[in-house]
Amino acid sequence: MADSLKMPVEATHIMMFARSIGDDNPIYRDAEAAKANEVGHIIAPPTFPRAVAQFDPHYHLRVKNGEKWFGSGKNPTGLEEPAKSTGGLHAEQHFEYHRHPKPGDVLTVTTRDGERWEKESKRAGKLMFSETIQEFRDQNGELVVTSRSIGVKTERPVEQG
Amino acid sequence: MALSASKLAVGDKHEEIVVDDLTRTQLVMYAGASGDYNPLHTDDLYSREVAGYPGVFAHGMLSMGLTGKMLTNYVGDGRLKKFGVRFTNQVWPGDTLTSKATIVAIRNENDGPVVDLALETVNQDGQTVITGSATARADP
Repeated sequence: MADSLKMPVEATHIMMFARSIGDDNPIYRDAEAAKANEVGHIIAPPTFPRAVAQFDPHYHLRVKNGEKWFGSGKNPTGLEEPAKSTGGLHAEQHFEYHRHPKPGDVLTVTTRDGERWEKESKRAGKLMFSETIQEFRDQNGELVVTSRSIGVKTERPVEQG
Repeated sequence: MALSASKLAVGDKHEEIVVDDLTRTQLVMYAGASGDYNPLHTDDLYSREVAGYPGVFAHGMLSMGLTGKMLTNYVGDGRLKKFGVRFTNQVWPGDTLTSKATIVAIRNENDGPVVDLALETVNQDGQTVITGSATARADP
C-alpha cells in the first residue's frame, strides 16, 4: 500500500457499503431521517474504513488494465505460475473511533507495518501473521479512526470440518 | 436508541440473526462496495481449482460488517468507541449467522459512561465464526 492515501467519503459509497453488509439502517442512507437522529447527519457503518482499498491505486486485489489477474477467465487462473500459497486471509480486525466518518470528509490515510510472527497450526500448516496499522485523519488533521488489522498467510488451504 | 448505563447490568445480552442463507450475490456486493476483489470470494472456479477450497467464501470483513449491524442496532448510531474481532472460522454461501453481544462491564470514562461488550457470531451449526469485543458510549 502507498504511504498516504486520500479517501473522500461520499454518501453513495456509504449507501452501497451498507447494502453490501445487509444493513438497512436509515442513518447510512437517508439524510432527513439522520437529521432527526441524535447524530444529526449520515455516518458510515463501523467497518467502512476498510473500503479505503478503493482509493489505493496499487491495491493488489483489483483487476487492472493490461495486467494478468490471478482469478479465472479462459482458465481457472490467469497466471502461468499461480502462487502456491492461497494468499492472505484476514485473521483479526480492530477499529478505534474518535468520531464516525460522514459524507464530505476527506480522510488522509497513512499505513504502517506492525509486528510479524509465525505459528504452527494443524488445519493449515505454518501460519505467517503480519500486522498493519492505518490512521484515518480528517481535513482538519484530526484523528478519526485507527485500524489495526492482522493478516495471515497459510502454508496450505485451511482444512474444513 | 442509545443504551442507558443505569438500566443495564453486566450479563445483559442482545442477539440477532444477521444473515439468513448467505448468497453468493451478497459476496459480490461486498466485493464491489469494499473494493476487495479477491477471487477467493467471488470466483468459484478459482477458489476450487486453484486455491483448493470447496468454493467461494465470505470476506472476513463481511462477517464483521454483519456482526457490526447487530452491535449498532444494540448500542445506537455513532456510539462505538472500539470494535474488534478475530475471524475463527470461514463463512460460506448458505450460512445463517447469529450475532450476540454480552455486556461485560459498565464504567465511566472522562467523557461519560461506557459499556464493554463481548461479541460472538455463530453459524447454523453452532460453530463460532467471530469472537470480539467492543466499547460503546452510553447515556447515564
